[in-house]
Amino acid sequence: MPRVLGIDIPGFKRVDYALRYIHGIGPRSARDLVRKAGIDPAKKANDLADEEVTKLAQILQQDYRVEGDLRREVSQNIRRIVSIGSYRGLRHRRGLPVRGQRTSTNARTRKGPRRTVGAVRGKEARSAAKQAK
Amino acid sequence: MSRSLKKGPYVDEKLLKKVERMNTSGQKRVIKTWARSSMIAPEFVGHTFAIHNGKNFVSVFVTENMVGHRLGEFSPTRTFRRHGSATDKTVSLK
Repeated sequence: MPRVLGIDIPGFKRVDYALRYIHGIGPRSARDLVRKAGIDPAKKANDLADEEVTKLAQILQQDYRVEGDLRREVSQNIRRIVSIGSYRGLRHRRGLPVRGQRTSTNARTRKGPRRTVGAVRGKEARSAAKQAK
Repeated sequence: MSRSLKKGPYVDEKLLKKVERMNTSGQKRVIKTWARSSMIAPEFVGHTFAIHNGKNFVSVFVTENMVGHRLGEFSPTRTFRRHGSATDKTVSLK
């Protein structure tokens, strides 16, 4: 298994697919990357020569933000909109969808597993709820 | 769809004029505004706006990293009053 930029170990797949295991590299940038490095995209990642791997790493460091740096940038952006008190920041704080999606149903990715908060029925349950308050 | 770059950012003209007048005269007053869709221009920094949310005016002090956002983003239009009555779970969530 070749290592590009330290920890990333893409498997025995074609290079253009293997590169997508790096956080921040998708189909598009993987294709660009292979072209820039002058590597045949159909080549298996295992068959890469050492120079080819260093070439890829070099291009990645120059032109792309990947892995830790990318994650840091994203979380910084979120922290910024949270700290200025904008609507989007509010949605992040609440863990609700940020871009105006419906929340009556769905939105499970953001909201997580269902938590039922139905109305409290019956006298006993109501007094129990009151005490809990 | 995002706004055409040719047009530049949308900043409410009357509001911008008002802010510029205040900048030149050096005074600072709260500006009441309904222009929620207006972008926050760099000139707005340091002023306080009372932004209408459909009912009240929410006062917002504009800081430097708010530039480029819209005024309405800082004045929420909805209030969430919890579902049903408060149970243990909902209370612990807060």
